[in-house]
Amino acid sequence: MSCSRRDFLKQACGGTLASVLPVSAFTFLTNEEARAAVANASVRWGFLVDTRKCVGCGLCVKACKIENEIPYDAPVTRTWVERYVITNDGRAHIDSPNGGRDGFIENVINGEEIDPDNIAKAFFVPKLCNQCDNPPCVQVCPVGATYQTEDGVVLVDRNWCIGCGYCIMACPYGVRFFHPVHKVAEKCNFCYHRITKGMNPACVESCAFEARRIANLRDPEDPVTKIIKTERVAVLKDEYGTKPHVFYIGLDENVR
Amino acid sequence: MKWHVLRPLWLAIGLLLVILVARQFMVPEDFGVHGESFTYNFHRLSNVQEWKDFPVKHLGRESCVECHEEKVEMLNASPHAPIECENCHGPAVGHPDDVELLPIERAREHCLRCHESLDYPNHARSELPNIRNSTHKRRRECVACHVPHDPREKPAREKRG
Repeated sequence: MSCSRRDFLKQACGGTLASVLPVSAFTFLTNEEARAAVANASVRWGFLVDTRKCVGCGLCVKACKIENEIPYDAPVTRTWVERYVITNDGRAHIDSPNGGRDGFIENVINGEEIDPDNIAKAFFVPKLCNQCDNPPCVQVCPVGATYQTEDGVVLVDRNWCIGCGYCIMACPYGVRFFHPVHKVAEKCNFCYHRITKGMNPACVESCAFEARRIANLRDPEDPVTKIIKTERVAVLKDEYGTKPHVFYIGLDENVR
Repeated sequence: MKWHVLRPLWLAIGLLLVILVARQFMVPEDFGVHGESFTYNFHRLSNVQEWKDFPVKHLGRESCVECHEEKVEMLNASPHAPIECENCHGPAVGHPDDVELLPIERAREHCLRCHESLDYPNHARSELPNIRNSTHKRRRECVACHVPHDPREKPAREKRG
C-alpha cells in the first residue's frame, strides 16, 4: 500500500480532529433552548443578612411558616432566629425558642435570667438555607429528589422524595427537616414561588429593618449584589467547602 | 453448566429484565440530568414548575392600598412605614372574597417583639422607642394609648367594644 506525503498529512490531521472534537460539540440548540440557556445564566440567587440591623422580632419566621404552609406549632421551621448573649465572663448564652417565631421579649435564656449589667454584647442571627454551590444534601440523595436549579436554588421534589433523611443528616447548617404533613424532606428555597415572580421572599418582605435581603448575584446593578461585592461579608462554615450563598454582615466568632 | 447454577442465574436475569421493563413505565420522561452536573442537576424537570406554582399568601401593601388607601397613606407617612400590613393583619390571600375579615393582632406580645427593651448594649433594639413590659402599664393593650398606623398620634377617645 502506497501513500503520498500529502495524503498522509491530510488523513493524519483529519483523524486527529475527529478524535479531539466530541460529538456533542455538533449538537444544535433550537432557538428556545439557546434563549433559555442564556436567560437562566443571568440569575443566581443570593441572600444578605445584616445581623447588626436585626432586632429579633421574629416576624420573618412567622411569615415564613404561614407562606410556606409549615405547621405553625410543630417544632420545625425553614428559617429561624438565634439569640446570642455574651456575658462579661465570656460565656455565650444561646437560644431560639420556637425558632424565634414569637420574638424575644424577655431577658431569660434557657430558664436563666440574665442580669443586663452583666451583658458584654448581644445580637440576633437569622438563619436559613444557604443554597450552596456544592450542596452536600444533594450529593447524598439516593433518588434524585433534591437538586439545584439553574438559578442556584436547591429544591426538594415532594413527589419523588422517599423520606430516607440522608439529606437532613448531610446538611452542615441543619436547615433541613422532615415535613410533618407531607412526610418528606423540607427546606428553605428562598420562597421560589415568589422570587420567580419578581416578589421578595416572605421573610424579606416582613422584615422592617432590612436585615434580610435577596440578591441576584449575576446582576451587577442589583443594589444588594453591590453590597455583597463591596462590603466585608462572611459566610457560615466556610471550611466545609460548600460555597454557601447566604452572606452575613457583622458575624461574631461565637456564631457557629 | 449444572442445573443448580443455571436456575438462580436465569432467575437473576429474569429479575433484571422485570426491573428494566418496570423502569420504562415508572420513571417519568422528564427525569434526568437537566444542567451541567450529574451530581446536582439529576431530577424531574417538571418539579421546578410545580414549585413556581406554589400559592403566594402574602400579597404586600400594593394589594392592600386598592381598598384601604387611607390607612396605607397614613402608615407610609409614619415611623411605622417599613412594617408590612400583613405583619399585623395576617396574609391577605383570599381577602376579601373568601376571607372576609383578617385577624388584627392586638396583643402586647406583638408590639413587644420590637419595643421591649432588652437592655442590650450597642444594639439595634435599644435605638427604637422602647419600654419594659414588667413596669409599663401592665394591664392595658398598647393600642389603647398608641395608634399602630401612626404611633405619633393619640387614639380617638371613644372606646372599642
